[in-house]
Amino acid sequence: MKFKVNGVEVFASTGGRPFDKKKPLIIFVHGSGLTHMTWVLQTRYFAFHGYSVLALDMPGHGLSGGESLKTIEDMANWISDVIDAVGYKEASLVGHSQGCLVILECAFRFPKKIKTLSLMGGAGAIPMNPELLSLAENDDPKAVDLMMDWAHGPAGHFGGHPVPGLYHINTGGMLAKSRTIKNTLGIDFRACDNYKNGFKAAKEIKIPTLSILANGDKMCPVKEGKKLADLIDGSKVEIIDNCGHMMLLEEADKVLNVLKKFILTYFPIKKN
Amino acid sequence: MTDKKKKSTDPKTYKFDTLSLHAGYQPHKNAGSRQVPIYQTTSYLFDDVDHAAALFNLERGGHIYSRISNPTVAVLEERVAALEGGTAALATSSGMSAIFLTIMTLCEAGDHLVVSSQLYGGTVNLFRLTLPKFGVKCTFVKPRDTEGFKKAIQKNTKGIFGELVGNPGNEIMNMPEIAKIAHNAGVPLIIDATYQTPYLCKPIDHGADIVVHSLTKWMAGHGSSMAGILVEGGKFDWMQNDKFPTMTKPYEGYHGLSFAEEFGPTAFTMKARAEGMRDFGPCLSPQNAWNVLQGIETLSVRMQKHCSNAEKMVEYLLSHESVAWVSHPSVPDHPDHDLAKKLLPHGKGSMIAFGIKGGKEAGEAFINNVKLASHLANVGDTRTLVIHPASSTHSQMDEATLKFAGLSQDMIRLSVGIEDFDDIRNDFETGFRAARRPRLVSNQ
Repeated sequence: MKFKVNGVEVFASTGGRPFDKKKPLIIFVHGSGLTHMTWVLQTRYFAFHGYSVLALDMPGHGLSGGESLKTIEDMANWISDVIDAVGYKEASLVGHSQGCLVILECAFRFPKKIKTLSLMGGAGAIPMNPELLSLAENDDPKAVDLMMDWAHGPAGHFGGHPVPGLYHINTGGMLAKSRTIKNTLGIDFRACDNYKNGFKAAKEIKIPTLSILANGDKMCPVKEGKKLADLIDGSKVEIIDNCGHMMLLEEADKVLNVLKKFILTYFPIKKN
Repeated sequence: MTDKKKKSTDPKTYKFDTLSLHAGYQPHKNAGSRQVPIYQTTSYLFDDVDHAAALFNLERGGHIYSRISNPTVAVLEERVAALEGGTAALATSSGMSAIFLTIMTLCEAGDHLVVSSQLYGGTVNLFRLTLPKFGVKCTFVKPRDTEGFKKAIQKNTKGIFGELVGNPGNEIMNMPEIAKIAHNAGVPLIIDATYQTPYLCKPIDHGADIVVHSLTKWMAGHGSSMAGILVEGGKFDWMQNDKFPTMTKPYEGYHGLSFAEEFGPTAFTMKARAEGMRDFGPCLSPQNAWNVLQGIETLSVRMQKHCSNAEKMVEYLLSHESVAWVSHPSVPDHPDHDLAKKLLPHGKGSMIAFGIKGGKEAGEAFINNVKLASHLANVGDTRTLVIHPASSTHSQMDEATLKFAGLSQDMIRLSVGIEDFDDIRNDFETGFRAARRPRLVSNQ
């Protein structure tokens, strides 16, 4: 669906079901340079099981208008604005990669609004490889190719997409190339590289938090994810085997299963 | 550059030959089976009611019924998508069903297509006679008439279709320019690249949005199995205009799903599968999918041999006294020779058309007297194949349509195999001798 946040049009997938303000809200925040489509194998389940879902295209990304936000802090504020714009007082947040930094900062800034955090391939800081950052900021498609290489685990490089007929690496690459690389990936990578508040924010988080990590993740390795999780009070950690940073596609079913268990436990649908 | 000298920023994603062997398959998810298993089954157990509903609602990936998808077929689909540089693929029971499914996914009654006139005879008949029965009309344009494609675009045009190298005349479409024409009109370019395989050309890299193949031919390569596939490039923006409401608007058949919004770069394939395989059902058998996978494992090796034998054959035919003309993109005076160098840098393919002196009678004598080359209605076998199109593949065309399709009565279509070239040449010598004195030999 399309709606406006601060006067700018935003697109969000509602998971194939009409957006219903009576249902609890889960917001999905994508990673650097990507779009709402990375969440297709998680969002539809919740949309068909009693939740309202918004898989956002961040400003300047995918089908959303506006320009890309330049800092993680601005993105965190914007997520809060999204919650206001759709008429909710609270939401559960799910993030992937850069999206983890965004929802972590959002929960730090707006603790009363955020009910749970689910961090996929998250870390307290995501310093960028200088060469990769430079390629992205210079609009070089090689930045996307590299990201797809590093973001997929050894098994994911062969394929084996859970949806018959889809090929991981080319699909992810096409998403990341759908808008001008320097205006999406370039700005996002710089925002990640500049963000320094992750560990401080983590210490202040008091809501149920799940870290989903992948043992083949080269971009946010398990040890970095655990370092962050250790700082969050009562945080849970699930490790997914045989996949890399793109766990939400490479092992979509396993990721959905742990996410489902966590959200149904800590952000359940209220029965009348 | 050696591996040691590679920069840390060189992507290490797998390359063509490796993908030919491995893409789409993970042994650890299949009992460690090194070879792709043949899932000879119609249907798949659901874990529980919730799991069943999730599969039907496209909430999770997975298999329901082998008309819609099958694990063996899915490996083939992913492998071809990987080789073509596409985002997704959908395999079908034949190349013709891949074309039909593509058009049915794209068009509705009242729509229009711009189509190259140089196509396989069956494809011509689909566009000329069958699709109009469904309310889809076509305008045919000669493949070299690039400007003609632009002029033929109408308000209700939904796509441009062509074979990159036309069958059987070897005329080449200027794919990059025709892609621009299609995209300026807000419609996709669909390319049948059966003759090339992704080893010789990846149409998506040159602007095509959807690639179709008869996998029966060089991809499978051994003349054993029928199969087809459509591959999606993932770049086409279905939401840029209001031409494709069934891609962009809520679809009643899946709880109001908008394929373009939900699946973006794989939307076309998702719709073709969810709607087309459900409603038309031209599914590929897992055994045939496996046979094609065997062929693809050696695709690059076979294509190199096909192309080198074809080049020798061109040289032989050009200097032969019984040959009136030779059409192959490798011939310097072929009208599309320069374009072929650009689009087909790894080889110009193994399809040759030539005219035999003595016309139809000589052609028939040639065909009747070659022994190694097989006379049949196929191309892209490992074995050398010959046919006289005017009396076989294109025989359902009248004289005017034959002429428009660039065919002549003296034309012989040759699909060069990977036998020892000396043996093919000796066989052709026998055929040419017979063609020079047709009555004498045919009476023997």
